[in-house]
Order: sequence, then C-alpha cells, then structure tokens
Amino acid sequence: MKLPTLHEIGTEAKLLLIGIPVLIWTLVPIYHMFLFAISPKEDAFSGKLWPAHPTLNNFKIVFYQEHYFLRDFWIQFFNSVVIALSAGALTLMIATAAAFSISRLRVPGGRWVMNLALFTYFIPAAFLAVPMYRTMGNYGLLNNHWSLILAMVTIASPYAIWVLKQASDKLPVELDEAATMDGATTLQLFRLVYVPLMMPSLVAIGTYAILLAWNEYLYAFLLLSKDTEITLPVALGNFLAADDSPWELLMTTGFIYALPPAAIYYAFKRYMVGGLTAGAVKS
Amino acid sequence: MAITLSGDQAIPGPPLSARLTTPQVWGIVLLAPYILVFLAFVVYPVGYGLWLARHPASYAALWHDPIFARAAVNTLIFLLVGINLKMAIALFLSGFFAQQRTWIKWLSVLFILPWAVPSIPTILSVRFMLNPEWGVINQIIFKLTAEDGPNWLNDPTVALGMAIGVHIWKSLPFWTLILMTGRLAISHDLYEAAEVDGASWSQKFRYITWPSMQTLYVTCTLLSMIWTLGDFNSVYLLTGGGPADLTHVLATLGIRYLRLDQLSLAMASIVCALPFVLPLVYFMMKRLSR
Repeated sequence: MKLPTLHEIGTEAKLLLIGIPVLIWTLVPIYHMFLFAISPKEDAFSGKLWPAHPTLNNFKIVFYQEHYFLRDFWIQFFNSVVIALSAGALTLMIATAAAFSISRLRVPGGRWVMNLALFTYFIPAAFLAVPMYRTMGNYGLLNNHWSLILAMVTIASPYAIWVLKQASDKLPVELDEAATMDGATTLQLFRLVYVPLMMPSLVAIGTYAILLAWNEYLYAFLLLSKDTEITLPVALGNFLAADDSPWELLMTTGFIYALPPAAIYYAFKRYMVGGLTAGAVKS
Repeated sequence: MAITLSGDQAIPGPPLSARLTTPQVWGIVLLAPYILVFLAFVVYPVGYGLWLARHPASYAALWHDPIFARAAVNTLIFLLVGINLKMAIALFLSGFFAQQRTWIKWLSVLFILPWAVPSIPTILSVRFMLNPEWGVINQIIFKLTAEDGPNWLNDPTVALGMAIGVHIWKSLPFWTLILMTGRLAISHDLYEAAEVDGASWSQKFRYITWPSMQTLYVTCTLLSMIWTLGDFNSVYLLTGGGPADLTHVLATLGIRYLRLDQLSLAMASIVCALPFVLPLVYFMMKRLSR
C-alpha cells in the first residue's frame, strides 16, 4: 500500500476541519430530540450527552396515550396519514392528467396553464394562507379534513405538473403515434403507454406530495382546530401553549412523527434527488 | 329575402364539435381538474384577499403599527443577511461535498436529514436547547464558566439571529445539493488544464467554478428569497414572534393579524410585500419558462 504524502494528509485534514463542524451542525438538534425521547424526565433536564438511565418508557407513554396531552395521539397520527395519502393521491391524479394533456395531447392553452402553475409555485406559502383560510371558511370546509387536503393539492400540483411535463416531453412522440396506429384510444394511450413509462417520475412526485402534506404545519394549524381532527404537527404545536409542557414526551412524539418522512426519503432517495432537483432549478 | 339571409350568414363552418378532435376534447377534460383547483383555491382566494385589502384605512393603520415596521425590517434582514449567508455557505459546501471520498459520501447522506425531517419537532428541539434555565447550551456554558448564559430568545436581535440560524439549518442541504449538481456539471478537463498551469485553489474558483455557476447561483438566491418570504415556521416555532412581537417577519405578521381577526390588516400587510415579490416572480418565471 502506498503511504499518503504529506500533501495528501494536509488535504484530508483540511476536509475533516470542514466535515466535523458540518456533522455536528447537522445532527445536534436531531440528536437532542432523540436524547430527550430516550431519557426519563430527570435525565432529560440534566444537560448530559447520554442519559444515565436510557429508557423506552416515553414511547410507551405515547403509544398507550398515558398523558392528557396525548390522549388523541393515535387519532391524530391517523389523521396525518389519511391527509397525506389523500393529498398525495389527488395531486398525482390531477397533475398526471394535466401533464399528459399539455405535453402529449398539446391541448390549446397548455402553455398558459403551465405559466399559471409556475406562478402558483412562486406564491409564498404563508401569503396564500391568509386568503385561503377565509376561502375555506366561505366554502364551509373549515375543520374538515378536505380543507387541508385541497390546500395541499393546490400547493403541490403546480410543481408536480411542472416536473411531470418536463419528464413527459422527453418521451418520444413515435410511441404515441404507434399506439394510435394500432387503434388505441386517447384513454388507452394514457393508461397503457403514458402512465407505465412515467412511473419513476410519478413515484417521485407522489412521494413529494405525501411528504409535503405530512410535514405541513401552517395550513394544518389554521384550517383544523378540534383535538380529534388535527394532525400531529398541530398537536405538537399545541404542547407549547401549556406552561407545564412535558418536553420529554413532546420530543418523543416529535421523533415518532419525524421518522416516516426520513424513512420514505431514504427509501426513494434515488427517484427524489434526481426528480426534485431537476425540476426545482432548470439551468 | 332568402337571398339576403344566405348572404348574411355566409358559408357556415363546421360545428364546434367537429373542429375539436377527440384527443383535444380529452385534453380539455384531463386539464379541467387542475383548472378547477386553480380557480377555486388560487384565483378566488387571491381576488377575494385583494378585495379585502382595498381600504386605504388598513394601510394607514399598518403604517402606524410599530410591529409592522419592525416586521418589514426583520424580513429585509432575513432576506439580505440570512439568504446571502446561506447561499454562500451552500456554495462553499457544494465544493466540499463534490470531493470524491467515501466518508464525504456518508456525511452527505446524513447532511440531508434537516431537509428530510419535518421542521416542527426539530425547531422545537432547538427552542429547548436555547432555554435559559434547562437548555443544554446554557448548561454547558455554566459548566465551563460557572456563569449563566444569555437568555437567547429574550433579546429580539439575538432571537432573530437564532431564527435565521434555524432557517439556514433547515434549507442549507437543499441548496447545497442543487449547487453541487451545478458544480458536477462543470467539465473536469478545465480543472485538469488549470492544474497543469499551476493554478491555485482560489484561481480555479475565480476563473472556472464561479463563471460556470454564476447564473445558477443567482437563480437559486432569488428562488430562495421568494420561498423564505413564505417561511412561517422558522420564526413562529422558535420565538412565536416574541419577545414583545419584535421578531415578526411579514409571513408571521399576516398570520398574527389573522388570528386577531383583523383580516383586512392581514391582507394589507401581504399586499405591502407584493412590490418586492412580483418582480422576483416575474424574473423567475421568465427564467424558468424559456
């Protein structure tokens, strides 16, 4: 084995000098959350880097809803799941249909729709939230899961259409022509040719929409209020309102809430990084 | 009379149904759901919101509300200091992560975490770390110096700085990743040629990296500005706009008015941001829809 030269050691040291602070900066808030989740109350507040008596008791309290802050934990977890999956499915349907229509069928006015979608994509989320809240009130949807689902679909669709349109423009036209020659109707073309070929992008977009809805705090906090209707992030936010917040349970719930998106992200990393970065900034 | 009639009507074209081909009809049908969502949840709310913000009295009230002035200044600080700092770090780190090392690959997998996990639990975690009595940071300060650390979220300037820190923590991975994609697209030959000519690290950056990445960098900065204007979580979850409503940004201020049931003020505060937002949006749309 070749011994590293002094110059190589120097380069490596310089890289480590960047890498170690980056690692600490990245992990500290997450590790802190994890530390609280496995610490009994007295250890959590001691400022130690590892609890003297690590325990899974906090998870047990959360799962069995043994604290009055957590009495609706499973309902709220379920609400988050239902809303995220519905928003994901609906976004996927609406955006796939729109992208197919604009890119493959070249519907008149398609360019306009793309521009409108792009415009929506650029409206800062907190700015749209104010009028959206009133609109949902006018539609009679406040405190109804549909309000949050539809709000998430509104926010996710523009980007979804944008990415799917880019991807479907890359499919060769000859495929459509061949299928039409063989007598395929437009719907068959969509179902049997387009959707299968678009699968990787559809996975990326579906994941994106599900994560967006799962992670959403502001719209959920504005649109839903009843304890049995809110999603997990709103429940976490409500912990804050109390003076005697059980922080170790808050962090445990937060940790459980953060796990699915992290897991989904790593499972679909291959699709997501390519799909999302390509769409975000076309350079 | 029959002659005048036929002259008036000229030759009737084929009916509309025949002019539209079947695929085009399907195109319209398939596009309709999105158009409906757009009309119902973008056009109507935005129009309605602008209508609510039509009274000049709201703007006068905003102008006299010191919290608004403070929020506007905070927003500017957030954008100018926070975003530029974030993008500069992202540009620097994109070079670090572009290095071919196994351990750097592993680090990049972890580095993505802040972006991949939802913001509420992590921001609350930071909030607790900054707690003056029980937070881990002040406990460490106490152990090292035997003095009490600062009350991080009690001084509005420090608290705003912390909120900017949280924002950077959360969104740095995304922009680093994007800039890294841009960096990896630069031809390796250029660097090899520069190496042969004995170019230094800073020369390579100045003459190769930066010119190739400048456009991408500017686009990313502008896009990040637009999105940061809508970043409610970093400020709200860390400081709640406090102490004494001095750390609000426009995103949290609008929601604050909304919660106080002052809807026209909420909309007016957003309308005040439009002169800054619309040019950015226009520029971005032009760049992306080429």
